[in-house]
Amino acid sequence: MLTPVLALVVAVLIGGLIVALMGKSPLTAFRVFILDPLTDPWAMQEVLLKATPLTLIAIGLLFCFRASRWNIGAEGQFLLGGICGGGVAILAHGMTGFWILPAMLIAGALGGLAYAAIPAVLRTRFGISEILTSLMLVYVADLLLDYLVRGPWRDPKGFNFPQSVAFSDSAVLQPLFEGGRLHAGLLLALAAVLVAFVLFRRTLFGFAVSASGDAPRAANFAGFNESRITVLVFLISGALAGLAGVVEVSGQVGQLRPGFGQGLGFTAIIVAFLGRLTPAGAGLSAIVIAVLLIGAESAQVTLKLPFDLTRFFMGLLLLCVLVGESLNRYRLEIRKGGA
Amino acid sequence: MSEFVRLSGITKYFGALLANASIDLVLRPGEIHALLGENGAGKSTLVKMLYGLLSPDSGEIRINGEVVTLASPQEARARGIGMVFQHFSLFDDFTALENIAIPLAGEVAGRDLREKVRAKAEHFGLAIDLDRPVYTLSAGERQRIEILRALMQDPKLLILDEPTSVLTPSESESLFKTLDVLAAEGTSILFISHKLEEVRRLCSVATVLRAGRVVAEADPRKTSARELAALMVGEGVADLRTVPGHGFGAPVLVCDRLDVEPDTIHGIRLSGVNLTVRAGEIVAIAGVAGNGQSELYSAISGEGGTITAGSVTIAGKAVTREDINARRRAGAAFVPEARLGQATLPQGTLSDNIVLSWHATEDIGGLFVDRNRLGAVSAGIIKAFDVRTPSTDPLAVQLSGGNLQKYIVGREVTRNPGLIVIDQPSWGVDARAAAHIRQTLIDLAAKGAAVLVITQDLDEALELADFIVVMCEGSLSAPRPVREVTRDEIGLLMTHRAGGPSGGVHA
Repeated sequence: MLTPVLALVVAVLIGGLIVALMGKSPLTAFRVFILDPLTDPWAMQEVLLKATPLTLIAIGLLFCFRASRWNIGAEGQFLLGGICGGGVAILAHGMTGFWILPAMLIAGALGGLAYAAIPAVLRTRFGISEILTSLMLVYVADLLLDYLVRGPWRDPKGFNFPQSVAFSDSAVLQPLFEGGRLHAGLLLALAAVLVAFVLFRRTLFGFAVSASGDAPRAANFAGFNESRITVLVFLISGALAGLAGVVEVSGQVGQLRPGFGQGLGFTAIIVAFLGRLTPAGAGLSAIVIAVLLIGAESAQVTLKLPFDLTRFFMGLLLLCVLVGESLNRYRLEIRKGGA
Repeated sequence: MSEFVRLSGITKYFGALLANASIDLVLRPGEIHALLGENGAGKSTLVKMLYGLLSPDSGEIRINGEVVTLASPQEARARGIGMVFQHFSLFDDFTALENIAIPLAGEVAGRDLREKVRAKAEHFGLAIDLDRPVYTLSAGERQRIEILRALMQDPKLLILDEPTSVLTPSESESLFKTLDVLAAEGTSILFISHKLEEVRRLCSVATVLRAGRVVAEADPRKTSARELAALMVGEGVADLRTVPGHGFGAPVLVCDRLDVEPDTIHGIRLSGVNLTVRAGEIVAIAGVAGNGQSELYSAISGEGGTITAGSVTIAGKAVTREDINARRRAGAAFVPEARLGQATLPQGTLSDNIVLSWHATEDIGGLFVDRNRLGAVSAGIIKAFDVRTPSTDPLAVQLSGGNLQKYIVGREVTRNPGLIVIDQPSWGVDARAAAHIRQTLIDLAAKGAAVLVITQDLDEALELADFIVVMCEGSLSAPRPVREVTRDEIGLLMTHRAGGPSGGVHA
């Protein structure tokens, strides 16, 4: 249980060294990257806002990764969720009604679900690697979004900017607190963590998913249908990524525009593994990663550190956790003289 | 005659298991030497030490009179030892030539490699199209690539592990011609097999291993297949079971003219398998490993293989196209060969592992799995079947082989099955646990269950079963009452040399 914490400490130390080598003060960097986002109330809200889609996507990915099915395309499913949910908002532009938001959420989840079904079916029916297909579909989703916001869904009064109309109030997730920015997406993320926790802990389905990933032959002996599990975990994963997508466009962006994904679907892969493929772990590591992302934004301004450094930190963190886990399981043995 | 390799006093333990006990073996140039023995006799362990994959606990290996330690296959190859494994290690997408070139670091690889390979292939009669990718080639052709690859280093000793197990008869014949040429040119060959006719056709010396010891060295050309079989399985007519048979009930498991396609290229195709197990009856399937027993187990349990003809019926229900859980609902229970990773989740607790085979038929809770109930069931099994555990609910992987097997058998027996199919009940299990498991099966049959035991341990088959069936090359012999059968006869059935089910009774 101590390993991830230790890994975090090691990652921070190495990160500090790199920052020092770049000629900046590691202490200042530590304050900007980690302390400020965790202490400043405004930044804390931003952290939770960022952690919301990360958690939703990562919880979905858990199902795939626990079952050793490799959905690398959560980003695409995330975009499709935004497109479908946002599409409802655009079609309902100018209307009011309590039904709009639920319809958007459902459309978003269904969009992600349908998009994730493609690699799942390609794998179960034709044996095509889901790693490649799910990844490639990310680029398709990206281009689809690009086409929509430059073409049919472009805001006619938007001065030719590639973006849709701004959603009406009925299509926007309203703040939970007066004057704050936190919205109901956070509650959805918490619910996802809770449901996933119960599913894995207490239900036959969760057991079947883990069994099929840990020991496929034992899952076969138990009669858990391999194809059915593949399809189900992809559908769950896609639906949650789609939900994250519509939550992001409705709660954060307020319209459709290229690049609203920000690579969160890929970052969520790191989140899932950082949380050691457990639901609670995913929630916690989503916050850790969100802290880094928010910290990076201010580091760009105050320290003139490049944003790419954040990606490096995320990679470093994941590497430390993975190395820590291996060292937990195996002992390092140094032998002299070749083999 | 001079000698190339001399093994003396080679001993190897795996934990407490004695795999090789003080083995002596001499390999001479130009000699095709057979290493005979049942599965588990220690053949593979011995050649792995000769090829540098394992190191002996004691004893010495001499090559050309010089004591050597072979720490790796590279060293063994440098000493002139080449090996062709039963399971190929080829890259499917590469051509034959590329596969041959890969391990030849530097010195031979290059422009003239193709010519060299072609010349060698022609010289030894190994017909291969060098430019075809491996995935398009037959098993025989793949093996020729492996052999050619070994030959590129001009080995003085070539080891072949069960080389004909994947070959058709005509492919085997052309392999033998190649080996004859090699031997005539002074290469020493160690030929591992349990097919006695082949050994008699090919080899001039045979060393027979049984339970890790050399029990005989014989000239296979002057020894009958019957005598060789007896050496392999051990004498012991005195061991015959003399308990009188009792009455049996209605058929519970019926396999009718079953044809099964295996899931992998190395699998065995089953053809025309007829098998009936009645209530209260114990039937044992004996045979040398790899003759289709795993495939038969999977076809009966529904875990694998494709049934192309025939039917499986359990307790009157046709389950040919049904999955394992439908078969469980019909009253069957299964104990597969692999305890960890098939019968159990290695990293799961014992109580969690109940779920695997219970979820379809037993009450383990509704929407939520009832962990208290699982714990209680698990504790009951641990108590009733004398499972020794390091804690109340340990991980499966923490149990010893024997205790885990007792737990798995207990898990299935507790379901009160009408049929239990058990693959290798006591493989790697200590004698006390094995006896416990056998007693459990006998008690279960006495209560009216049908019991099918697949085993390579002939003693076990003879001790347990009412009827014995022998599996060889994907087919089953007719069932023989255990009281009327001899080890001799079974040994021959195992190698397909019996004159049919009615011949050769020596009771």
